[in-house]
Amino acid sequence: MTNIAAAASPSAETAALPTQLAKGFVDRLVIIIPYLWLLFFFLVPFIIVFKISLSQTAIAMPPYMPVLDFSDGISGYFAGFRELNFDNYTLLTQDALYFNAYVTSVIIAGISTILTLIVGYPIAYGMARAPATVRPILLMLVILPFWTSFLIRVYAWIGILKPEGLLNELLLSLHIVSDKLQILNTYNAIFIGIVYSYLPFMVLPLYSSLEKMDYLLIEAAKDLGCPPTSAFWKITFPLSLPGVIAGCLLVFIPAVGEFVIPDLLGGSQTLMIGRTLWNEFFNNRDWPVSSAVAVILLLVLIIPIMFFQQAQARAQEQGK
Amino acid sequence: MNATWSRFNMTSIVLGFAFLYLPIMLLIVFSFNESKLVTVWGGFSTKWYVSLFHNQGLMDATWVTARVGVISATAATVLGTLAAITLTRYTRFRGRVLFSGMVFAPLVMPEVITGLSLLLLFVAVGLDRGFFTVTLAHTTFTMCFVAVVVQSRLVTFDRSLEEAAMDLGAPPVKTFFQITLPVILPAIISGWMLAFTLSLDDLVIASFTSGPGATTLPMKIYSQVRLGVTPEINAACTILIAVVAIGVIIASIANKRREVQRQRDEQAAQRG
Repeated sequence: MTNIAAAASPSAETAALPTQLAKGFVDRLVIIIPYLWLLFFFLVPFIIVFKISLSQTAIAMPPYMPVLDFSDGISGYFAGFRELNFDNYTLLTQDALYFNAYVTSVIIAGISTILTLIVGYPIAYGMARAPATVRPILLMLVILPFWTSFLIRVYAWIGILKPEGLLNELLLSLHIVSDKLQILNTYNAIFIGIVYSYLPFMVLPLYSSLEKMDYLLIEAAKDLGCPPTSAFWKITFPLSLPGVIAGCLLVFIPAVGEFVIPDLLGGSQTLMIGRTLWNEFFNNRDWPVSSAVAVILLLVLIIPIMFFQQAQARAQEQGK
Repeated sequence: MNATWSRFNMTSIVLGFAFLYLPIMLLIVFSFNESKLVTVWGGFSTKWYVSLFHNQGLMDATWVTARVGVISATAATVLGTLAAITLTRYTRFRGRVLFSGMVFAPLVMPEVITGLSLLLLFVAVGLDRGFFTVTLAHTTFTMCFVAVVVQSRLVTFDRSLEEAAMDLGAPPVKTFFQITLPVILPAIISGWMLAFTLSLDDLVIASFTSGPGATTLPMKIYSQVRLGVTPEINAACTILIAVVAIGVIIASIANKRREVQRQRDEQAAQRG
């Protein structure tokens, strides 16, 4: 409160005009700085990726032929157009490896998203129904693993899942299995890794929509003779749908392009597009092809990303 | 409300948290293992921590990571806060849809795409890959997370406080620093911490945008993990977890204290 008193200068009226001018200038600056930053470091790079995906591989540094060189003026520009080639994309459609990698990635991400929803929903529901005093602590406990390194959390599972790992030791000593289970280096390990790593992303939006729900609705349904399961599907689930959608998108989109989990847990037998891109880039040093892989991956994800963005914008409007 | 917290709810929470925490706990426990085998307990020992501090490569990587984290988190906090103000305060300007798209898309963008595109940008403009480019890349992808955190605080901000200050003649910039900033400061601090830990954790974007001499800790850990699980990596991970956990706990305690202080001030103000 003392701040306001200190800010109230006697020259309030005379200061009005310069204030307005300054405000217009500051407003513009506030918008322009982050705008330009994102334009230059987020949008422009995509245009470059698209451009290089149309160029040819060269044994040089950087390992691609220049495309659309503007130094020759307009005529050079049109000459450049004729040299554009879609070979990299033709390669992607002809080589079954890439196609399979895209399809597998989408399927794996889809299954993992559903599994994460199944695991996350009861947790979020339990949190939302917890006594109000406990809720902040539970929320903190869900967020805390999110702060610890993704790489470390994935790494922790190697020691658990490997053939002579802790899970097999436990199952063998309890005589649940008679032989060691091969989990590491299979798709099952990838599912476990994604569910584990992305669980907080699912639980948080679910929790925030379940917490807002009015539980008197369930009471009313019960009083009117509605069995609990059908009350859940008719009332709770539809009301939590914004959270379900947000959570699923937060898991699905990054999971499609996931690299660390398939690389460390999936082994060499599993095929996912994030790893394919990584290998094209770091092992084969084929920048144009990895750019083309990225462009197609972006096209696959553009619709879910737009959904996500709209959901965010809507949530922001409601927040006001 | 207590009556409705059934045994089912309790069980699902306990199992859920066991799933979330058990792997990390096991990792920490086995970092104190005497045996080199990560899965066989050979007695308590801190020797892996000692050998960690003698690993020059790991120490260098830690120093690089810490510097990248502090610089990029600070830049990201400034940019992200500006972006949050833009998103909440200016509902009408040309290109607003594009702007909000550029803020929200990086949150879910697969890291391989972000990493590759930034690398190609740096090559196109002729920047040598290294410390500077990793810092720029981290600033870019973490500023969007800061923007979301700060924005969620700004949405609930009572603007009548600002209007009061401006009615009393405070210029907008002064109003921001004296009224708005103190109120949204907790969100800005947690935004900074989020940016710092995201930078600390990032492997994929750093691998693309880094160059010789700027190997970050996750890159170092990753290259060793590929060779197998060792107690030394467990020890490095444990230290990293401890640093982050202590930071988060201190921040939340400080936050709570500030909140209590603020409530006391408000009550005092209301009394007269």
